[in-house]
Amino acid sequence: MILRIVIGLAAGAALLLLPFVASSVWQNLLITTFYFAYLGQAWNVLGGYAGQLSLGHAAFFSIGAYTSVVLHTHLGLSPWVGMLAGAALAAVVSQGIGFLGFRFGLRGFYFILLTLAVAEILRLVALHLPILGGYTGLFINFTPNPWQFQFKGKIPYYFVALSFLGLASGVVWLIERSKFGVYLVAIREDEDAAEALGVDTFRYKMLAYAVSAALTALGGTFYAYYQFYLQPNTVLSMHHSVDIMIRPIVGGSGTILGPILGSFLLELLGEFSRTYFATGAAGLYVVIYGLLLIVVVLFLPRGVYPTLLGWVRRALARHA
Amino acid sequence: MSLYIQAVVNGILIGGVYSLMAVGLSLIFGVMRVINFAHGDMMVWGMYLSLWLFVTLGVDPYLSVLFTGAAVFLLGAAIQRGLVNRILTAPHEMQILLMMGVGLVLENLSLMTWGPDPRRVNVSYGLTTFWFGPIVADLPRLVTFALAVVLALCLYLFLTRTDLGRMIRAAADNQTGALLVGTDIRKVFTLAFGVGAACVGAAGSLMTPLLPFTPSSGLLFTVTSFNIVIIGGMGNLLGAFVGGLLVGVSESLGAVILVPSLKEIVGFVLLVLILLFRPQGLMGGRR
Amino acid sequence: MSLLRVENVSKAFGGLTAVQGVSFALAEGELLALIGPNGAGKTTLFHIISGFLRPDEGRVRYAGEDLTGVRPHDICQRGMVRTFQVTRPFHRLTVMENVLVGALERVAQRRQAVKVAEEILALTGLAEKADQLGHSLTLPDRKRLELARALATGPRVLLLDEVMAGLNPTETGRLIELIRTIHRRGITILLIEHVMRAVMALSQRILVLNYGELIAEGSPDAIVRNTKVIEAYLGEGYSGLDDDGAPSRHQGTKEDT
Repeated sequence: MILRIVIGLAAGAALLLLPFVASSVWQNLLITTFYFAYLGQAWNVLGGYAGQLSLGHAAFFSIGAYTSVVLHTHLGLSPWVGMLAGAALAAVVSQGIGFLGFRFGLRGFYFILLTLAVAEILRLVALHLPILGGYTGLFINFTPNPWQFQFKGKIPYYFVALSFLGLASGVVWLIERSKFGVYLVAIREDEDAAEALGVDTFRYKMLAYAVSAALTALGGTFYAYYQFYLQPNTVLSMHHSVDIMIRPIVGGSGTILGPILGSFLLELLGEFSRTYFATGAAGLYVVIYGLLLIVVVLFLPRGVYPTLLGWVRRALARHA
Repeated sequence: MSLYIQAVVNGILIGGVYSLMAVGLSLIFGVMRVINFAHGDMMVWGMYLSLWLFVTLGVDPYLSVLFTGAAVFLLGAAIQRGLVNRILTAPHEMQILLMMGVGLVLENLSLMTWGPDPRRVNVSYGLTTFWFGPIVADLPRLVTFALAVVLALCLYLFLTRTDLGRMIRAAADNQTGALLVGTDIRKVFTLAFGVGAACVGAAGSLMTPLLPFTPSSGLLFTVTSFNIVIIGGMGNLLGAFVGGLLVGVSESLGAVILVPSLKEIVGFVLLVLILLFRPQGLMGGRR
Repeated sequence: MSLLRVENVSKAFGGLTAVQGVSFALAEGELLALIGPNGAGKTTLFHIISGFLRPDEGRVRYAGEDLTGVRPHDICQRGMVRTFQVTRPFHRLTVMENVLVGALERVAQRRQAVKVAEEILALTGLAEKADQLGHSLTLPDRKRLELARALATGPRVLLLDEVMAGLNPTETGRLIELIRTIHRRGITILLIEHVMRAVMALSQRILVLNYGELIAEGSPDAIVRNTKVIEAYLGEGYSGLDDDGAPSRHQGTKEDT
């Protein structure tokens, strides 16, 4: 118990001090890691806990990004407020998709296709809306102003990303401990059995979808004001949706540390392959991601984190 | 008016390749109940292979069709043997994730080898066109369509007239029954997956003279294939064929009625409608 | 006043009639068994009563209210819960968590729900297995879990679907006792069963279904001697046994109901 607290404090201190000693490259790496872990955590609520795999989360991400940018550019609204509007809109859209999907009894593969189709439709539409920049994309002017979600240097972004991750993980932690959480995993394990035991599966799936979509949208705003460029073929692509979901799945969906571990793992592997295999590196790291996904599905179906935890527990039990 | 007829004709011509693509996917699902999320990426490998043959050896993609088909057959068989076989009874989500991983690997190996720029095979006769009254069709499109239909027909004959084909159909209809009569089910699965992959590999060859492609075209082809297969009915090969033509035409009409760059939206809207109201597809079939 | 009334319920799938004009009533506190050969429509009837299927004709009334169109979770919340013929434990959840899902129906606070779950686990003899995962349970334990989960919701009516199937004589005996205990607590029970020992030991009244139709209704003794019932299970002409124990062709009529 004491050991846990010490480790926790040490990790906490490291997290707080790291950005001040890290190089710009590492700062960016960490920010990206937290940011993807955050998105993965958001996805986790619907995909890991409720068990409804979504391949269309890029849609919610983009709704968040574009909404806050448009409100900021055209109405001068601070992205801090705009991001809430984006989250609300994303939640509403999720209810629309969810209503169609869940009321019509779409599960598993069919639900995945629905989420995919909706994201693709949004992408095609976005490419044709001038207000969203069309094919050229949307460039966002950078004026450092913390109240407008724009910071000088990477360190503030680091802490914002870390806070977002903390927020999402906190939400998941609360869900895990509540009746909502128990019901979600029951739905994941066996929806009909859950229904027979009094769980309003439709209502809880919808709720999980709303939470997941809203959180994902907030991440979109962060991205918009970190990268300052939005293009539908990047942010609304299937590849992006896959990017969002691969980290929690590899790390361990349905757990709090899964998306975080998955993100660190993938980011480190990516950086490693980019640094040491410079030639033909464009794409090598994704090949590695793909191989990792294959390995996880075949041999570590619960994800890296739960499997490691299981090994550690069994090892400890044997030495006890 | 003739604009619409032209659109329909264009749609049918490209629909042929779509059909071939989708038939391959439907076969794989029909026999193994596996959702091949790497389907489009296998097609892209076929496309790059035929591009390579064209660029290095000057082989016309229409001539390399059989070679490409065979090569992707081997690829598919290897993937099935090594990976898919292990998850035959796993829930669909796992299969999708596995094949997604395979797709990522295939796509990015292509990316590493060829780079992200769009490629296209420019055949010398690419600009030869034929006029049928007010309707125009270029030679590549016509050849692609013709070959696609021929290949689909060959597949049909293979499945109905040969012993191997009958084994595959039996396994698709009734796995246990097939096992009982001594079918080596693993071989049948490998064969079926290979044949399905060959279809999409050949389709790739046929597609190269028509459109530019990049490594990331794979995902779109995969989703289009699923689109078609769902519309036509999962596991229903005729449905997949007809669905391909249907999607081709609706895309083409969409390009005319809306904006050309929005043409894919028709397909997706159609998919959503079918998912909601008739998930078993227009031609029935199993879920 | 009957707690559950099934009124002229019919259901067909395509050309196949699964249930045809079935009517019966279940009074509060009763233990009623529903028997019949395989494919008679018993589970279909359960699906209809518990809200998983809508009847083509007829109605189900629970506590006076029409259940048509009411979703299964709502029916459970109103006090009628069912188990499944093929057990459906939540695989990756522990036994305790499984029962917790049921208990949270009764009690919203997790802490209290855990207490309810513990009590149910003790009652059903699963207390020692509380930390075992759903998928690792043996069949008898899965059956108990199925029952425990349903019980945790605090039902007024329990619909048990072949809860004895696949158990050995000792386990069957134990489960019979458990069901008796539950019944004594005042819970109304409707039981689908093939295991006649359990049917005879537990039921106050028996309903017999054959080819989707209710062919007999009565006390256990009457049902066992009912011509139509015997014929349903054994075939026409086997309406009785002669002194040697061999089936005899009996010309006369026996009493029904």
